[in-house]
Amino acid sequence: MANTDVKYLNPVDVELRNQNKYCRFKKMGITYIDYKDPDFLMRFLNDQGKILPRRITGNSLKFQRRLAVSVKRARQIALLPYVADNLK
Amino acid sequence: MNTYETVFIMNPVLSEDQVKETVQKFVGHIKTNKGAVTHEENWGLKKLKYAIQKKKTGFYYLLEFQADGEIINDFEVEFKRDERVIRWQTVRLDKFALEYAERRKKKLSTNAKEK
Repeated sequence: MANTDVKYLNPVDVELRNQNKYCRFKKMGITYIDYKDPDFLMRFLNDQGKILPRRITGNSLKFQRRLAVSVKRARQIALLPYVADNLK
Repeated sequence: MNTYETVFIMNPVLSEDQVKETVQKFVGHIKTNKGAVTHEENWGLKKLKYAIQKKKTGFYYLLEFQADGEIINDFEVEFKRDERVIRWQTVRLDKFALEYAERRKKKLSTNAKEK
C-alpha cells in the first residue's frame, strides 16, 4: 500500500550511527600519536583546521587528549595550520 | 638522562653548506654537554603551512639525543640566539614515544636500503 511508503520518507539512521562509533587508536593498537605525521592528524581535523570533537570521531578520552597535544605540536612547527579555510 | 627530540626550521635562503654548519653547531653543543645524538634526519626544504617571519618555506631538521634535563634550557637559548633558525621545538620522549621512534628508525633504514 502507498501508506507504508509515506512512513519512511526520512531514512531511520539514528541507531546505525551509534553502532559505527569506536576509538580507532584502541582498535588499531596505536599507543603514540606522532606529531610529525600531518597527513594522519589531518583525519581528525575539520576543513578549518580545528580538532574534531570526540562526539564525531568516537575517540576515547585518553587518546583524544594525546591527539590534541600532537596536533598542537604539529601546529607549532608549521606542519599544520593554526587557521585555514579549505584544508581538505 | 632523558631522550629528547628537537625539530627545527632553518631560513630557506641558506646554502647547503650553511645548513650543515648550523646543524653541526647544535650537534656540537649537545656533545660538549655530555649528551649523545642517537638519530638525525634531514627533511630538506619544506613548505610551511603558515608564514614564519614572512618566510613560506624552510629547511627542516630533526635531532634525537640523550641528555640531562638541565642542558635543555641552554640548548634552547642557543636556538633563540641563532638567526639562521626560525622555529624549533624540543619534546621529551616518553616510553610510548621511544617505542614508536625505534620502529620509525627501522622503517627508515629498510626504506633507504631498498633504494
